[in-house]
Amino acid sequence: MPLDPSFVGRSWPPSEPYLVGREKIREFARAIGAPDPEYHDPEAARAIGYADVVAPPTFPIVITMTTSHQIVTDPALGMDYTRVVHGDQRFKYTRPVVAGDELVCVNSVEEITQRGGHDFLTTRTEVTTVGGEHVVTAWSKLVQRGEADAA
Amino acid sequence: MSDALETQTFQVTRADLIRYCGASGDFNVIHWSERLATKVGLPGVIAHGMYTMALVGRAVTRWAGAPDAVVEFSVRFSRPVPVPDTDEGTEVVVSGVIKEVTDDGLTKLNLTATCNGDKVLSLAQATIRKR
Repeated sequence: MPLDPSFVGRSWPPSEPYLVGREKIREFARAIGAPDPEYHDPEAARAIGYADVVAPPTFPIVITMTTSHQIVTDPALGMDYTRVVHGDQRFKYTRPVVAGDELVCVNSVEEITQRGGHDFLTTRTEVTTVGGEHVVTAWSKLVQRGEADAA
Repeated sequence: MSDALETQTFQVTRADLIRYCGASGDFNVIHWSERLATKVGLPGVIAHGMYTMALVGRAVTRWAGAPDAVVEFSVRFSRPVPVPDTDEGTEVVVSGVIKEVTDDGLTKLNLTATCNGDKVLSLAQATIRKR
């Protein structure tokens, strides 16, 4: 079943604020093996102008993937999540995520296409502080593989 | 900074994937269960695409010399990174070239990530701002 094209252009209400913890950033940095002191040591981060430890560039996925779940699991969209793989990922940053940020996500569907029996869904997530300051925009393209491909 | 950036190699083991599951919240079974990964037609347990992207991000920030230098970062996941259940796991090799230095001080990089000689990303690019 193709994805419902009427979802293109739809956006969802802002997510509940996500409070970025210092230990969560450290845990993420350890998991990707990144030793940079600015990810671990608040003093090192302050030395380059931030209030607390900064997050590695791909850290926003921790927040955006959870909140965009509301789109892909909407039964009306018609997505079979067991056949979905991550196609593309893009981030555009105003600044890095910093421990102590309270972040809100606004999700929308930017594009739905079909090619070679596969369906493609591009979601866009605007990540701002609760005060409205833009931090990062994330685009995820998800690929729903055709039924014939499914195991 | 030279035109071709120094190649960086990252080892990836099953333990790394488990740790990344926990840190990222992405517990998709294909990243930890051989049984379920092969059941959906994969060669075995594969790395999270976002884990590979994170390794490329490490390479980019190291080249840039600053953890907050990245202005834009995009990849296409073109091929899975299989991670065997061995002590060594596998390796992801990241290289990059400078595509353009803009008048407003931004440097655009074209990035390549390979595993076992195969490109695992396509259209991988980053824009960095030198401090």
